Amino acid sequence: MIRKMEKEYAGAKLGIWLFLFTEILLFGGLFLLYATYLSSYPREFAIAGREMHLGFGTANTILLITSSLFAAMSVTAVQQGEIRKVLNLLGATIICAMIFLVNKYFEWSSEIGHGFYPDSPRFSAGPIGEALFFSLYYLTTGLHGFHVLAGVGLLTVVALKVRRGAIHAGDYVLLENSALYWHLVDLIWIFIFPLYYLVL
Amino acid sequence: MNSSNHPTLPLTSFWNDTGKCGVSAWVFSTDHKRIGLLYLYSVLISFLVAVLIGLLLKIELMAPGRTIMGPVTYNALFTVHGVLMIFLFIIPGFPGVFGNLVMPIQIGASDVAFPRLNLLSWWLYITGALTIVLSLFTGGGPPDTGWTFYVPFSVRTGTNVSLAVIGVFIVGFSSILTGINFVTTIHRLRADGMAWGRLPLFVWSIYATAWIQILATPVLGITLLLVVAERLLGTGLFDPSRGGDPIMFQHLFWIYSHPAVYIMILPGMGIVSEIFPVFARKPIFGYKMIAFSSLAIAGAGSLVWAHHMFTSGISDMAVLVFSFLTFVVAIPSAIKVFNWVSTLYKGSISLEAPMLFALSFIMLFSIGGLTGLVQGAAATNIHIHDTQFVVGHFHYVIFGGAGFAFFSAMHYWLPKFFGRTYSEKPAMISWGLMFAGFNLTYFPMIILGMKGMPRRYYDYLPEFAPLNLISTIGSWILAAGLAIMMINLFMGLLKGRPFGSNPWGGATLEWTTPSPPPTENFDEEPVVTHGPYDFNRAGVP
Repeated sequence: MIRKMEKEYAGAKLGIWLFLFTEILLFGGLFLLYATYLSSYPREFAIAGREMHLGFGTANTILLITSSLFAAMSVTAVQQGEIRKVLNLLGATIICAMIFLVNKYFEWSSEIGHGFYPDSPRFSAGPIGEALFFSLYYLTTGLHGFHVLAGVGLLTVVALKVRRGAIHAGDYVLLENSALYWHLVDLIWIFIFPLYYLVL
Repeated sequence: MNSSNHPTLPLTSFWNDTGKCGVSAWVFSTDHKRIGLLYLYSVLISFLVAVLIGLLLKIELMAPGRTIMGPVTYNALFTVHGVLMIFLFIIPGFPGVFGNLVMPIQIGASDVAFPRLNLLSWWLYITGALTIVLSLFTGGGPPDTGWTFYVPFSVRTGTNVSLAVIGVFIVGFSSILTGINFVTTIHRLRADGMAWGRLPLFVWSIYATAWIQILATPVLGITLLLVVAERLLGTGLFDPSRGGDPIMFQHLFWIYSHPAVYIMILPGMGIVSEIFPVFARKPIFGYKMIAFSSLAIAGAGSLVWAHHMFTSGISDMAVLVFSFLTFVVAIPSAIKVFNWVSTLYKGSISLEAPMLFALSFIMLFSIGGLTGLVQGAAATNIHIHDTQFVVGHFHYVIFGGAGFAFFSAMHYWLPKFFGRTYSEKPAMISWGLMFAGFNLTYFPMIILGMKGMPRRYYDYLPEFAPLNLISTIGSWILAAGLAIMMINLFMGLLKGRPFGSNPWGGATLEWTTPSPPPTENFDEEPVVTHGPYDFNRAGVP
């Protein structure tokens, strides 16, 4: 019986790592297009990149890294059986994620307000590479934002399970796997942030 | 699907030992055998619909000019034929049906690692399939792009491409989850004594396939999402007039879709590797090399995608590199073929239905593989690119190879799960008809292609008429064989004579458990004491 439990824990960990690989490959397609179009239109990408709001980007980076820390701490807390602490830390993770999304909303609104969106009048006149930059920017951060939203849902479910006692010091693999997923969401942002906000 | 079909089955099989036999006990079951049978019925429906469409396409090509449909209908039908066959039949077919039914038993497990995820995979498959069906009847009608959804046409056409690719995306998600499930299962749930060197070769092939499902499918996912974004948001990423590059679509598409043909063929290779030793009464020749070559095909096959794009405008250097890598894939494929033939050499061969299908697999797959090299060579590729040659080659590999292996597996393994079996004679007749019909249908296409008849046209020049007529007649013989096979098989499975636990004397674990197996697969956890082809010890774990 004990051996079976071990198998399930190790199996669940193996499964989530394989899933995380598939997520990296999903975003990999977008990063591949970024690399190709950056090499085709370096000047246009540089001009378009200057329109990014570095403040929003930096704030969101700090938020996500902090939330990742909270998620990691919640795993340690559940191992020590401190359920109250787990709930607080998961709550903090979720709040950071929501502020991230609110920031994103204002950032996108401002950019769209300035006429930076696919098919906009501003781009149909201008040089073609800039529109590509913004298309990729919206698709990549949009897909990432969708993952943040999914993470909020996942962490909420996990928090409810912790409160019901379904996740505890003896069986916390779902919490650990959700935290791993959350780190992946963070990790992908760590690549998005420099590519779109810093290097250009 | 209820116990009344099996009035005399023992009350200890997965059909009835849980006491739950209603529809909801099937569609919400987490038992890998029930899920496997759900997949079987779903993929066979897709397959039969696609076969009917294929027959219509062949009738249209029976004579030059318009025969029964115009170009618009023809374009829609060959697209739907491809989408159904590829995304709803052959890709989910092997892992979904035989991966589910057989693989857990062959490694001595009571189920897969994540049974609920397994059920979710089937539901995602059904959701995706229904989305694709919905796309045929809504919006601008069925997509007419070909199953490859090439831009710029897939962005500009008024047909319902968006919904169809969303359906394919969902099916792809199902495929990823199945892959994750199977890799984890094979790593974690092998019975005591089931060392890697004792894994049946079918399990090795499912293992290699699962890795491709995990590593390649996400790239297809993002590519399809980008097509939808192009259509709905006008992102311009693949639109040259706005700086995008349509070649990038082809790269992203084939990064998945070339490895995907190995999702289709690798399990087929695994199946015949099970069947040859059993029906030749001889241990497999070169076990390690066959196992290794599955992984080698999965690995090398992931690096050859641009051989679909030799005429698309990629650099000469890229053409040479991808041509070379394509030839590299032929090595592990040939290793398998030589090992199978060596297994048969001096064996005590009994020509029963599974064996006939498996033997024809070798021949048809070899023709398919060798014509693949004609296309993989940079110079000859230019001559036969986008001709009927490609269609002929592809059907030799996927229908003659994977399809015949699928039928072989149906005859070999399905009686195990139904506890009843088919009649041998109609099975052999159906095989004969299918084998003859198959070659009559597809070999003319290879010749037509070399003569220059392009693919994907409803019309052709008069000089191509005789061969096209032969091909169409062949398709009828093929369909007749297929119909006899399906009827004989399912009549037998439902009402035929009882099937013992190990009538063929197989030495893998599924033959140590009753037919049909109980829900837990084994009465007690097996401890494996011998290799999968050690026939002296057949019937014991």
